[in-house]
Amino acid sequence: MMQPAVAPQEDPRLLVLDPQAARWKDTRMRDLADHVREGDLLVLNDAATLPASLAARTGSGDETEVRLLARRPDGRWRAVLLGAGDWRIPTENRPAPPRVAIGEPLLFHDRFLAIVTEVSSLSPRLVTVKFESTAFWRELYRHARPVQYSYLRDALELWDVQTPYASRPWAVEAPSAGRPLRWPLLAEVKARGGRLATLTHAAGLSSTGDPAIDAALPFPEAYEVPRETAEAVSATKGRVIAVGTTVVRALESWAATGILAGETDLRIGPETKLRAVDGLLTGLHEPHASHFGLLQAFAPRPFLERAYAHAESAGYLWHELGDSNLILPGAGI
Amino acid sequence: MDVRGRGVLITGASRGLGAALARELAKRGARLFLVARGAGELERVAEEIRAAGGEAHAFAADVGDKRAVHAIAGAAGATIGAVDVLVHDASTLGRTPLATLLDTECEDLERVLAVNLVGPFRLTKAIAGSMAVRGGGLVIAISSDAATSAYPTWGAYGVSKAALDHLQKIWAEELPEVRFVSVDPGEMDTRMHADAIPDADPATLARPEEVAGRIANLIERAGSLPNGTRVIAAEQAS
Repeated sequence: MMQPAVAPQEDPRLLVLDPQAARWKDTRMRDLADHVREGDLLVLNDAATLPASLAARTGSGDETEVRLLARRPDGRWRAVLLGAGDWRIPTENRPAPPRVAIGEPLLFHDRFLAIVTEVSSLSPRLVTVKFESTAFWRELYRHARPVQYSYLRDALELWDVQTPYASRPWAVEAPSAGRPLRWPLLAEVKARGGRLATLTHAAGLSSTGDPAIDAALPFPEAYEVPRETAEAVSATKGRVIAVGTTVVRALESWAATGILAGETDLRIGPETKLRAVDGLLTGLHEPHASHFGLLQAFAPRPFLERAYAHAESAGYLWHELGDSNLILPGAGI
Repeated sequence: MDVRGRGVLITGASRGLGAALARELAKRGARLFLVARGAGELERVAEEIRAAGGEAHAFAADVGDKRAVHAIAGAAGATIGAVDVLVHDASTLGRTPLATLLDTECEDLERVLAVNLVGPFRLTKAIAGSMAVRGGGLVIAISSDAATSAYPTWGAYGVSKAALDHLQKIWAEELPEVRFVSVDPGEMDTRMHADAIPDADPATLARPEEVAGRIANLIERAGSLPNGTRVIAAEQAS
């Protein structure tokens, strides 16, 4: 089984897959630009990662962790409640959270307050909450921490979970594919005739530890494709390379509907015919349903399985701080 | 750059030059995110701008606090969207009355560097990357005459501003997609000046409103300036 990276890495490895040639190559992230050609377009998700984890007490004093999932268009938040315990306990091993009903107050540090306005029929721990604050962002940044991962060596600080080009705080988990894209790397992509474009996509939680909720992920997520980015994608003569699966979801949603900004419930899988994106830079993740399914829109399953088996035997690290994977037709390897 | 509709983040915006620049840019249609330590004073500046029909959001934070920096950048992004112009105006003299270096405590120097140098570094680091991938943006650092002339008792402050100017120049070399400019505003009739030189004659000092007008003009034509340049406000068109 592949091992997770337990701390941020200086120079992650990069497994390059060329599905056209059915070949792969072991390289380093610093060599990313070797695979970019003049006319290619690299599309980045500039969502900053917000602190989405709040230690709370219910009205009756029970401890719970409120994990924000997504901001609804009306300003309320969809959230998941986790049982007591800190981040070192895997979410699936945490005790059940307290049961809450509509109207339940959630207190953060005994004052910053939210009210439960909806409890999902999917799971009693999936709720919608409304924050009662005139200074929501200040309070959130004061009381909340970034979502943590139990396999990490140290707790993550907010600066550990940002990409180098983060802008609006839309993501509840880091759009982690872009984390290793240091500026000299992007400058080299440009020097070789590649271009950069951005969009914003509200990356949601990758898992919650609740099988009923996890089976329904990903939930609808907000995205915004700037007009310049849409035009750049349409005009690209080379390949459009998405940095992160969130970029695939946003660009393919726009390509399918023509809608530049909104919420998308598009799921991408083996049957998806990609309209906008040609290649994908992503992390290496457990080959569980949704991530591996998405990869199959780029490469056939047997090839991906062989490549993942190679990654495992070659000691690649996976998960949020792990090594990277470029799937690119004509990668030049 | 026409500032109309642009997102502008100003630190040190609760009084003096920062507040004057906020009012001036709001008048020109910029969308402002204002930062300072004192919540009450800052909220009054924002409220005054809103009452005059402008857009301003107040966010009380200390730029010298590492933990505050991502909160500032994140809350700015959430409220005004992408930051097009970042103005580092917050600064501290350190302990007053000002002291010679022999009488300056190491901790006082550290605090001055934390607010005047490391704070701007962190905030630029949190914001300039997104400016660079979008293909543009402007970072203004408010400097001082004390950055280039060695005035006795201005050691900690002068060193911090000299380093801030140099930081801007190096950012400009490394990140040519973004424009970095340092501005020496000259001596102004502000509380900071009164703290530093209590017996100065206010009649000899520039009004912050007038300097703010010159800096706003500078922001609007920053695209024509060489990157990393240092300018003197009094030499700019008013």
